[in-house]
Amino acid sequence: MESLEEIKARAEAAVPGARIDIVPNPGPANQPSLLLDNEHAAAIALFLRDDPALQLDHCSNATGVDWLDRTVSKKVKVKKVVEGEEKEVEETQEEFFPGYLEAVYHLYSMTHKHGPIVIRMRTADRAEGARLPSLTPIYRSAEFQEREIFDLYGVRFEGHPDLRRILMWDEFEDYPMRKDYREPDDYEYEPTAHDDVLEKAKQHSSARPKLDGAEKLTAQS
Amino acid sequence: MIGSGVLNGMAVTLRNFIGSYFEKDRLITVQYPEEREALPENYRNFPFLVYDTDDAEAGLRCVACKICEKECPPQCILIVKSEDKKPDYMGKQQFYPQVFDIDISVCMSCQICVEVCPFEAIKMDKVFELSRRERFDALLMRKDELAKSNTYYHAIHPLEAAEVDANLAAAAAKKKPAIEPRPTPNATT
Amino acid sequence: MMSSGAERSAVEGPRSTALPVTPRDPSTALGMTARLEGELMEISMGPQHPSTHGVFRMNVALEGEVVRKLKPVFGYLHRNHEKIGENTSYLGSMPYTDRLDYFCSMTNNWAYALSVEKLAAIEVPERAEYLRVILAELTRLQNHASLLGFLLSDMGAWGTPLMYAFREREIILDLFESLSGSRMMCDYMRFGGCRCDLPPGWMERARKVVDAFPRFLDEFERLIVSNEILIARTQNVGRISGELAINAGITGPMLRACGVNYDLRKVDGYGFYPRFKFRVPLGDHGDCYDRLMMRVLEMRESIAILKQAMEQLPAGPIMNPKVKIRAFKPPAGEAYGRIEGPKGELGFYLISDGGPNPYRYRVRPPSFINLTVLEDLCLGHTVADVMVILGSIDIVMGEVDR
Repeated sequence: MESLEEIKARAEAAVPGARIDIVPNPGPANQPSLLLDNEHAAAIALFLRDDPALQLDHCSNATGVDWLDRTVSKKVKVKKVVEGEEKEVEETQEEFFPGYLEAVYHLYSMTHKHGPIVIRMRTADRAEGARLPSLTPIYRSAEFQEREIFDLYGVRFEGHPDLRRILMWDEFEDYPMRKDYREPDDYEYEPTAHDDVLEKAKQHSSARPKLDGAEKLTAQS
Repeated sequence: MIGSGVLNGMAVTLRNFIGSYFEKDRLITVQYPEEREALPENYRNFPFLVYDTDDAEAGLRCVACKICEKECPPQCILIVKSEDKKPDYMGKQQFYPQVFDIDISVCMSCQICVEVCPFEAIKMDKVFELSRRERFDALLMRKDELAKSNTYYHAIHPLEAAEVDANLAAAAAKKKPAIEPRPTPNATT
Repeated sequence: MMSSGAERSAVEGPRSTALPVTPRDPSTALGMTARLEGELMEISMGPQHPSTHGVFRMNVALEGEVVRKLKPVFGYLHRNHEKIGENTSYLGSMPYTDRLDYFCSMTNNWAYALSVEKLAAIEVPERAEYLRVILAELTRLQNHASLLGFLLSDMGAWGTPLMYAFREREIILDLFESLSGSRMMCDYMRFGGCRCDLPPGWMERARKVVDAFPRFLDEFERLIVSNEILIARTQNVGRISGELAINAGITGPMLRACGVNYDLRKVDGYGFYPRFKFRVPLGDHGDCYDRLMMRVLEMRESIAILKQAMEQLPAGPIMNPKVKIRAFKPPAGEAYGRIEGPKGELGFYLISDGGPNPYRYRVRPPSFINLTVLEDLCLGHTVADVMVILGSIDIVMGEVDR
């Protein structure tokens, strides 16, 4: 199978105006991905599916990921003037990455038996504008999975034939898999007084706790 | 002939029915609770705490390190450390758990607590007839209910208990505490 | 005895009208809760139903007995497994994976262990890989046996084939119990190997089970294969073409029944499957009968793999000694690992941020995605066929809803 750079070049040639980036994947799994721009994503996916050399006809997995705003601090050696002399000093540099909601698709080929090619689409809006193009007209297997991303992350897919909640009930509000989802106080709905229910209820008036994990990310994604 | 497939199927059913009077493996019902099947050695249900001598307080192996509490996936263990210390199997002074509660309505018998315990203090029990009449307090097992003797452990898991005793004896001989439990060595099959 | 409305309300109190009736309910097949629209009648099959393989609901719009529209409704068994995965350590998620597809806990464990091993580049010793193959094929045997039993029970065979299938399944579950401690929720695989080794005498028992299994299979085949009722009810019912199957992401025996040769054991060659000689059965028509026969044929191939694996099983360690059990922190990155589970392609997508808990933990459920084409398969068939089609897709709600 071709390398990602070759695929990117051919896709950009086939779909004029498309902008594709390669997102590296640190770690030993070696599965880097292509970041597609939202306008041309459907056309690029169609190219990936129908191109005779690639024939990526099996969309194995479509999932959503939530990245919050995060600041990554790195220790960097910087030349600075200290007490009149130029020295190399270790400094902590903080880089701010804005957050986004992301949809990731894993594509395999059943004809050529190769894969995976991972494609991603992002949207920075977390409210009404969280929209991504739907790949359901191209890959039917994304139908229920995009509904699940809508249900659990709140990303609306344009072009989806039947976008409504799938796992939660229809009247449910809020999007449970987001990192800033606030849990209900008491899941049991039993009249038993337990301390952590009262603790949780106290949190309604205070600021939300800082979430860990997102800030410790050492690589840009 | 039409219907021959159905008749063939009925012949199979008839053979099974008649055969259940003669062949043992065609009649598989166990008349519980009058008859019970023997549980295999590795069977696990809920955890229990092991104590060495006959004294459930002094011989308790648990040193309240709280590793099992931390690693338990559904978080069903609650441990409160004691203020004072008591000597363990090697004579070293260790804390002991003042409170050790396991909520067996939450516990999912995954035995991760057994796997991560460095002191061979918590093991899996085999009792499964644990029904109670109330939902909340009755299903919380406290330290007195959980602590069972090493002889009991030998009775329910003979091979495993023998190996644990050998490990503890070896560790005591080397004057070092037993480290994380190893997986069982290869069977000879 | 019939009492008048006034009398009844005097005893029970006035009827409450607090709940408004929503005029448009999107989950229904026709988009409204009205019982009759024109000539279409809407019924709800499930969620409490003896044949829907769990809490699964289908809103079906019928014209007489023929299905005109069908909308499946899920979520009754949703246990937010993925969110729990984000808050639990990697080791702590392993028992939760048992409960995804509760019939096949060993293969769920293997898929998760495979994904983490891909994420952190962990090697698995030989004996552990052979054990994984043996247990996965045993799982496949008992899953296919119980599926056939359930399908026949749904078709009205009133539980007899089901009990025969469960008799074999119990023997295999006894093997799992003496190995891992629990019949269904085995929690047996670990990252870098298996949790514990075979107890003495296990291998002989397993060999006996595998040698006795073909007798059960022959008997079962005689029970079902030439049965006219079964042929009439399953042939040409729920046909699906190969192209639609590939596009809809269908995997597993359902895909191979359409003639598409895609078995992850051959394509990906994970574990030590390339060392074993086995064939991949393919179907011709893609209907329910083919899907049923696929499972029977796959059971025979599983027996072939088991015999080879049991013969070749080497001695040695079963766990990679370099892997930490507690405080396991894989390097940052992401990985997607997949295996050929008995129901289809089971995949785990893990994103790690270097911490003890995964950042994103996603299960790719084969049953959920195989259900995408349920409406296409059932259109034009009668209500009775809907149950047969649903049974032949082989779903487990634990996996569909997670």
